Amino acid sequence: MSLLEIKNLTVSFDTVSGPFRAVDGVDLNVDGREILSIVGESGSGKSVAMLALMGLLPDTASVTADVMRFDGKDLLTMSDRDKRSIIGRDIAMIFQEPMSSLNPCFTVGFQIGEMLKRHTRLGRTERKARAIELMQAVGIPSPEQRLSAYPHQLSGGMSQRVMIAMSASCRPKLLIADEPTTALDVTIQAQILDLLRDLCAEFDMALVLITHDMGVVAQMAHRVQVQYAGQKVEEQSVEDLFSDPHHPYTAALLSALPERATGRGHLPSIPGVVPGQFDRPPGCLFEPRCAYATASCRSSAHRQGPELGHALCNHPLINGAPADGTQAREITV
Amino acid sequence: MLRFFLTRLGLLIPTFIGVSIVAFAFIRLLPGDPIMLLAGERGIDPARYAELQASLGFDKPLPIQYFNYLSDIVTGDFGTSIVTKRPVLDEFMTLFPATIELALCAIILATLVGIPAGVLAAVKRGTWLDQTVMGTALVGYSMPIFWWGLLLIIFFSGILQWTPVSGRISLVYFFPPVTGFMLIDSLLSGQSGAFRSALSHLVLPTIVLATIPLAVIARQTRSAMLEVLGEDYVRTARAKGLPPRRVIGLHALRNALIPVITTIGLQVGVLLAGAILTETIFSWPGIGKWMVDSVFKRDYSVVQGGLLLIAGVIMIVNLVVDLLYGLINPRIRH
Repeated sequence: MSLLEIKNLTVSFDTVSGPFRAVDGVDLNVDGREILSIVGESGSGKSVAMLALMGLLPDTASVTADVMRFDGKDLLTMSDRDKRSIIGRDIAMIFQEPMSSLNPCFTVGFQIGEMLKRHTRLGRTERKARAIELMQAVGIPSPEQRLSAYPHQLSGGMSQRVMIAMSASCRPKLLIADEPTTALDVTIQAQILDLLRDLCAEFDMALVLITHDMGVVAQMAHRVQVQYAGQKVEEQSVEDLFSDPHHPYTAALLSALPERATGRGHLPSIPGVVPGQFDRPPGCLFEPRCAYATASCRSSAHRQGPELGHALCNHPLINGAPADGTQAREITV
Repeated sequence: MLRFFLTRLGLLIPTFIGVSIVAFAFIRLLPGDPIMLLAGERGIDPARYAELQASLGFDKPLPIQYFNYLSDIVTGDFGTSIVTKRPVLDEFMTLFPATIELALCAIILATLVGIPAGVLAAVKRGTWLDQTVMGTALVGYSMPIFWWGLLLIIFFSGILQWTPVSGRISLVYFFPPVTGFMLIDSLLSGQSGAFRSALSHLVLPTIVLATIPLAVIARQTRSAMLEVLGEDYVRTARAKGLPPRRVIGLHALRNALIPVITTIGLQVGVLLAGAILTETIFSWPGIGKWMVDSVFKRDYSVVQGGLLLIAGVIMIVNLVVDLLYGLINPRIRH
């Protein structure tokens, strides 16, 4: 049984101009100790799906799902109160902007200690000792002194380490990292990713890593889920995804990587933009930007089986070309 | 922190001198002078008038008068009332506790009601609750104080007869002032009913004086909370599984209070200005009423001394607010 199981998750926001579907029927499974990466460009609903799981969306969002189960517990029927005893303790989350994610009015020690106070029975001195231990574990130098530091006295990398120490403090079974390195310097990025991977191994933690960086995916993930415009378009193990992407969107993403670009000239790019609230195509959402789209794609897209990476595509690719022999077309946007 | 304190303290000196010039000039711009007003309808013999002017030092040129005045103040002498012949500082010290008592009660009421009302309005943004709170605040802010005071007196003192119309305590009680605060003194006196009487005298003036600061604090708290509630650290607090009470009451409010504290500090000036009207309406024997009476009698030394002392109090309160601000906002402290 998987640690986290979500089926047909849909999140829509009430906006002035009508409802907007940010997440559209997404399935998601995470096994214990697994690192799952959710990839997609901005607006593909990857963060929103995880915020919905955590119950962190504003009131304007309505969340529905057929199944939302964590560690055998049904999150859909659970009261808010019971859910709050799981959130933070068993499922923890870190965010994109470490500097603004810590409360500027409280010391680092207070903010880590608060998490322990909420979810454990540790006493005051034990909490302090545990906080120091955690800060050591995430590589913060002289943790005793840092306990009384305020967030504005820390760098971005240090703040993210504090966030990681805080979220790992109750030894959660699942950690969700929402673009944890996007706001950091490149040199710090690698350190933070290493730290996350080590902590997962040490604490037997599963990790959902939300990112738009394929390099991060290759370095970290066991399994990858690709999202486009709120839908899951493909899901494969990381090796298979990089060697043989089945959805044309995944293939286009991979070929846009500078490392993969062969020859001189312009880097390949995907023409057009992600559809918004008002220009959602009726069939396959990627159809207007897809080189292999045909007339059937304008009415619907079929979900393929696991052998084709669950690709949401009528003409899935095998070894870089549609298996059914569909010819590439010129795209005009 | 000490350096910060000392620079702020140093800034008080030029401000104080500025206020003293304004206070000195302002009262002399008014037509009439204290001697003429004291003489009354029968008038005064010109020779006697000149003699009195000389005795009060009013015959000297204005700049000389001002510098004499300033040098007296440096030695702690704020002059003597022309009307009562008592030192200005003594009168101020006798009356000031009454004003402080009223102002303190008003600011406490405004804070205790204003902050929760603002928080509630922000959390329930866009609901009827939010609209009710903000609508009431707008009405409170826009109402003329004297009209509001009279309205309350007519209703609660006149029609319902729940509260007395004026004064600090019923005339049947007498006890020597110990602290100057009627609520505390009445308790210390041990006379039964004295505290109740003092409290019932205090209720209406407190409400009237608190109305505008309450409205301002509620509106400021609401907008500060709305801003803070959208911050990342509030989401972090919720992601920790903390109950909403703690997320809003600790993580959000602590940050929202930073601008609110500044507002409360600024309201102290408004309070002392409002006290002038409120004290006059309720015949509250504080410095507000004292100042108004002195202006009518052209009691030069009282008006300029009183203004200076009130300005001093406001400056000290602002300094305290600045220090408090550093205490609540770690980004300023370090």
